[in-house]
Amino acid sequence: MSLFESAQEGRGEAILPGPSGFIERAETTGPRRMKKRASSRLKESAIQAFFFANGILAVVVLIGIFGLLLTSAFPAFKEVPIGHFFTSTKWDPTSPVNAEFGILSMMASTLTVTLGALVIAIPIGLGVAAYLSDVAHWRVREIVKPIVEILAAIPSVVVGFLGIVLFGPVIARIFHQSNGLNAVNGSFLLAIMSLPTIISISEDSLNAVPRAYTEASLALGASRWQTLVRVKIPAALSGITASFMLGMGRAIGETMTVLMATGNARSFPHGLLSSIRTMTANIAIELGEVSYFTTHYYALFAIGLVLFLMTFFVNLIADLILHKYQEREQ
Amino acid sequence: MKIKFAILTGLIIVGLMLVPQLAQAQKRMIQVKGSDTMVNLAQILAEEFMNNNPQTAIAVLGGGSGTGISAIINGTCQIATHSREWKQSEINQAWKKGVKPRFFVIAVDGLSIIVNGSNLIDKLTKDQVGAIYRGEIKNWKVVGGPDMPISLYGRQSNSGTYVFLQEHVLGNKNYSADMKEMNGNAQIIESIMQDQAGIGYVGVGYVLDKQTGKARNGLKVLNISKDAKSEAYSPLDKANIDSGNYSIARALYEAVNGKPGGGVADFLRFEVGPEGQKIVEKEGFFTIGAAHQANNEKNFK
Repeated sequence: MSLFESAQEGRGEAILPGPSGFIERAETTGPRRMKKRASSRLKESAIQAFFFANGILAVVVLIGIFGLLLTSAFPAFKEVPIGHFFTSTKWDPTSPVNAEFGILSMMASTLTVTLGALVIAIPIGLGVAAYLSDVAHWRVREIVKPIVEILAAIPSVVVGFLGIVLFGPVIARIFHQSNGLNAVNGSFLLAIMSLPTIISISEDSLNAVPRAYTEASLALGASRWQTLVRVKIPAALSGITASFMLGMGRAIGETMTVLMATGNARSFPHGLLSSIRTMTANIAIELGEVSYFTTHYYALFAIGLVLFLMTFFVNLIADLILHKYQEREQ
Repeated sequence: MKIKFAILTGLIIVGLMLVPQLAQAQKRMIQVKGSDTMVNLAQILAEEFMNNNPQTAIAVLGGGSGTGISAIINGTCQIATHSREWKQSEINQAWKKGVKPRFFVIAVDGLSIIVNGSNLIDKLTKDQVGAIYRGEIKNWKVVGGPDMPISLYGRQSNSGTYVFLQEHVLGNKNYSADMKEMNGNAQIIESIMQDQAGIGYVGVGYVLDKQTGKARNGLKVLNISKDAKSEAYSPLDKANIDSGNYSIARALYEAVNGKPGGGVADFLRFEVGPEGQKIVEKEGFFTIGAAHQANNEKNFK
């Protein structure tokens, strides 16, 4: 048992007085005290129940949402064959000719912007994290880290607006396109939005690498760069990987930004410079006007279900990696 | 004592602040929701109306004609604005829910096809517009412009304008999957101003610069002809709309549930009356003709 764990246990005893806790012993004098002890025990269990209920609530809500998605999505597959749903690139539920329900284009679009965002955000995020943990003066770090975290607080609609008025025209000029409403624009914005997650968690895990590793490496004559790249980053790799996965989860689920900046064309992405429509944007666009309990309505929930499963697995993987990392640290 | 006094003072202040709130609650609230093309127009009409009728509060929301229609069917607004006619399925759904829609035409719109100001093209036929939006014509070269791929801008499927164009210009065929689907008229305008190869469609009220009375800087409004043989007409001229020469003009509607009464009736009367119609004209749309007026009268009764 590590020092940290035993310290924690000791603290736990002090806060939550059990049968042998010192608070009880201090108060056991006279019948009035006895009454007070009973009421305090009641309060204790009430508080415990309250916190337990809170913990359970999160689980209930998650299962509830999953159940709702499942039951609302399922009827869609009665009318749209599930194979067609996942392999057709045509989505046009309000078509006057023939309603089409195929989400392959949207899935490809979502993956395109997400991977694009990661390609941009991973090198920058890792670089900033390494700078903050290893290079920067502590005063600089004290200023830069909160600023990075404030990035996460920018509303997505503001980021989307930036994409339209700032990034769009610049991208159009750089790539000689007539407009900048495309996958690259979306990737840039999503990269900005996932940077805080990546930087914050990567930096934490770099800082968590035991000092002895660094000292040993430096003592053996390695330069600071070699220490960072060959010792610290490999040691913190699981935390860093988890930060990438969490950043990816943020990018997949983001709606407003891509809705505003990618143009929302329904076609299968022709390339990074074509206008695309992600799954999230499609749900946001169409759910407002869809007639309830129609195939279209169920199909939108089916998209939601696919999206839920995608982010769920990404987050699950991140969690597993982080967990493994913490186990090894002990 | 001091603390009690402070609490008492606090309560009195909060109470006083609530008084105007309660007075507000006495106001008649009207929720208007729907067409993005009409949202600015409805907003200004509502403001003018509220200036003269302070006891009525009107809140105007956009979101698209489809959104407004489903809102009035679900009972979450009193007036739905829509720039297309209701589909049969929507009317059926309304009746099933006990909503009996009545329609009022409050303005006429010359649906405008716009391109970037630098585009050399001045006119297109209705069929060419249809072919461009179906994705059959992909390059400006085909319609007499420079060799440049056409960049399509349109609205999302909850938009009345999207549906109107699909029915009346695309011949009920699918839009090209490469069309960029924008949130509203304003976003299409902004995009076209930046995109030299762009083409878009918006309500005529959005293209007008209110100072000069002409199309906004950086935009060109195309003249549209019925077919290759006939002349092309501009939607900016009321005479072309009234005569029917501009072939993609349309009525802008407001729908209510059943016979309008109270504040809703007053507001509708104001909109179709001379004062309201003056605002319609000032906002760049066109006033309603005698036939629409007669129809409105019928629906008031």
